[in-house]
Amino acid sequence: MNPLDAVPPVAPEREKLTKKAVTADHPTWCPACGDFAVLASFYKVLEKRQLPHENIVTLAGIGCSSRFPYFVNTHGAHFIHGRSVPLASAISLARPDLHVFLFGGDGDGLSIGGNHLDHGARKNVNLTYVIMDNFVYGLTKKQTSPTSPIGYKSKTDPTGVIDHPVNPIKKLIAAGATFVARTHAAQVNHMIQMMERAMDHDGFSVIECLSECIEFFPGAFDAGNPRKGGEFKVIEEKKWDDSPEDEARHDVTDEIAAYRLADVAFPGLFGVFYEIDRPTKNALEQKWVESSRAKLNHASDVEVLQKTFDRMK
Amino acid sequence: MSSSPVLPESATPTSAGRADLRPEHIRDAVIRLAGNSQDGIQTAGAFLARLAGRSAQEVMTYMTIPSTISGGPSIFQVRIGSGEVLSAGDEADFLVAFYQHSYTEHIYFLREGGVLLYDSDQVQPNLEDKRFVYVGVPITGLTVEALGGTAKDKGKNIFVLGLLASIFRLNPDKLKALIRERFGGKDESVVNTAITAFQAGYAYPVGNVLTHLYEFEPSPRKSERAQVTMDGNQALAYGLIAAGVRYGAGYPITPWSSVMEILRSEFPKYGGLFVQAEDELASVSLALGFSYSGWLAVTGSAGPGISLKAEAIGWASMAEIPLIVVNVQRGGPSTGLPTNVEQSDLHQAVFGGHGDSPRVVLAADTVEDCFYIAIEAARIARKYSTPVFILSDSSLATRIEAFDEPHLSELMVNPKPDMSPRPPGTKPYPLEQITQHSPPGTRMLDGKYPVMTGLEHDEMGHPTASARMHSSMTAKRRKKYQQLADELPVPPVHGDQEGETLLIGWGSTYGPISEAVNQARDRGESVGSLHLRHLHPLPTGLEAVFDRFKRIVVVEMNDQGLYGYGQLATLLRARFCDPKIESFTKTDGLTFRVREILEGALK
Repeated sequence: MNPLDAVPPVAPEREKLTKKAVTADHPTWCPACGDFAVLASFYKVLEKRQLPHENIVTLAGIGCSSRFPYFVNTHGAHFIHGRSVPLASAISLARPDLHVFLFGGDGDGLSIGGNHLDHGARKNVNLTYVIMDNFVYGLTKKQTSPTSPIGYKSKTDPTGVIDHPVNPIKKLIAAGATFVARTHAAQVNHMIQMMERAMDHDGFSVIECLSECIEFFPGAFDAGNPRKGGEFKVIEEKKWDDSPEDEARHDVTDEIAAYRLADVAFPGLFGVFYEIDRPTKNALEQKWVESSRAKLNHASDVEVLQKTFDRMK
Repeated sequence: MSSSPVLPESATPTSAGRADLRPEHIRDAVIRLAGNSQDGIQTAGAFLARLAGRSAQEVMTYMTIPSTISGGPSIFQVRIGSGEVLSAGDEADFLVAFYQHSYTEHIYFLREGGVLLYDSDQVQPNLEDKRFVYVGVPITGLTVEALGGTAKDKGKNIFVLGLLASIFRLNPDKLKALIRERFGGKDESVVNTAITAFQAGYAYPVGNVLTHLYEFEPSPRKSERAQVTMDGNQALAYGLIAAGVRYGAGYPITPWSSVMEILRSEFPKYGGLFVQAEDELASVSLALGFSYSGWLAVTGSAGPGISLKAEAIGWASMAEIPLIVVNVQRGGPSTGLPTNVEQSDLHQAVFGGHGDSPRVVLAADTVEDCFYIAIEAARIARKYSTPVFILSDSSLATRIEAFDEPHLSELMVNPKPDMSPRPPGTKPYPLEQITQHSPPGTRMLDGKYPVMTGLEHDEMGHPTASARMHSSMTAKRRKKYQQLADELPVPPVHGDQEGETLLIGWGSTYGPISEAVNQARDRGESVGSLHLRHLHPLPTGLEAVFDRFKRIVVVEMNDQGLYGYGQLATLLRARFCDPKIESFTKTDGLTFRVREILEGALK
């Protein structure tokens, strides 16, 4: 028996979830790091959506961006490097009442955790994953990351990166993710929009968010930032309005078209590349549970085990 | 057969019908079936074991399977007894040889005066060797004849089962019922074929070639409980269910896989879920996610897979999240001997973490104990919010035993995540108490929500690099295991309570060690044995037992190491600094024979 059960505390009336309520420790990121804007956008989404406070879960692996859970005042876990997708998957599968948000970087998600990303995607576990992509390892101070562009001079590629970088969008589509989007930390409204669409999607929803490392790769994403002289090109999605303009717009369920858009040269496009409905692992497993329980006439746990033992006599 | 001589020096087959043979009463028989893995000898052996269990007899089995995908020599050994059966037997009373290689490889295991039952279509034994009784039956031909052409020689195993049923006067109706249960889910023709093969074997006039038939003495067992018959992996899986474990994740590896196969099918019946993950790292991470969400979860593997899980288990130590980790040990290192037995992962379980990351390590000693140790592991994991290892091994995993049906209604744990609101001031990592995780969904009434973390942290879970806090938190994480040690019972000593030699064992060696003690005492030696189920922490107070013996010999299936001591012996010497602790080990990938212990540890 939990000692806390002895005197059940009375839960006070629920208060509105404010930015203050979801704010925790002051971030340890470098001043002007792109991740601050991602955090601010997440606060905005939580404030806007008013989910029950105790049902929000903020999770991360290891890396600069993976410090995220300490800065959000919700239930959370700061796990090990690269394995946050299976951790988050289990929480989603066991607890349909929770809203599972996962944050991490390009090294965590696309290098050491690359295989888990593929399998989380193909299993279509219901959760939202924001990969804050800065093209470099920041916490360990400037080594090549799986998304570092060819020619980038890091401490482990002093003469310039030679290995072909991962294209996160193509990887995710190929693996079977059912919601794949891309955004930019300098575009707060777009980030909020993408996060909301991702959390509303029933399935494995992933956002690649370009987030500048001011210390080790400054200016990396200026080409996608109009304020720095770049261009923020947003994918125009089909409205299915039979208009001639609609012909040219993107059908988010068209896998081949999504690949083509993902191949547009850097800084590429932003918005939703791919979004389809496919049954989630959550739903499929639940279906199995229900049919198993129905076959047993919803017998109690001890009755089910007793029946099994009777067969072994 | 442990009774007085039951067979003459040699028995000559006669042509006369011997249907009038009177059965000889025996207490115990070791029957070894030797064939190829595709012949279904495991199936036939398992029927014998199940029948023994149903007849309230003691039974223990032993099997080897080749690590090839299909085919290869394989054995299944059944020891059935009307008294206590502690081991699968040092030598066979009956050897059933399906092939020439089965005969040549296993005749050494037949005791003098034992019976070689061989397929005379396949095997040509050396009849000049007068130590054994030869019984040739054209098993292949008769099976094909009985079943018709299409079945080829499939069904030889069931034919032999029929033969054995007639030789040992086993109840044919009970056996046929077992056959129907086993194949009942399949096509009706499968059941009919099996029954036909059984009948053919049972009807064979074995009396023509054998001078004795046998009958087991009625069992003196007094227990009012029915017996259940299963292997160690089944017992472990159902123990986890009784312990209220409803979630888990794993990855296939021999000999762990059947645990995950059972849990994958069983958990949904209880509203839970077992996930087959993409790898070992994901499976331990999923299990920790389940535990984090409030449902104590299980992951498992064999040694190589446990190595892959090691980093995440370190997180469980630091973040203080409960977890059950099963290691069904096999021969190592690396891919090693995947289908052989070894107890060489004890140090991996105890020390296989980075940093100071104490954890709990338990070891099951019998198939029955696989069930109960799972319940013990879950209790400890919940109370102390810690990873708990359960060590089993490939001999327990595949061995079939009959044991008293557990009192399920008393044992069954029905856990629900504790999501009662937590009062203001709740600390996720209190220095003066054992951590109790507040799963997500729990309202924190002061509005401060916890982050479970792998970074060193203060009582509120905030990351800290404070040297003093690291010392305090390291001590906090260690002290709970010291508290657990005080709570653990000192195991009972088997045999002499004081005297010359104390044998110490752990895990699946329980049977042969206990039997060695019995035999040594029968011949007048002063011997006792202590079998440890809690290996880390060790129960407080063992030294009082050690003081009562002149010699202490730790018996285990692993290498003597660089300094001459096996893995548990090394632990005990480090813990007790007692030079009288000796070590007796072996690494042949096979279970201990009683004789090996008598000769090696009690010399």
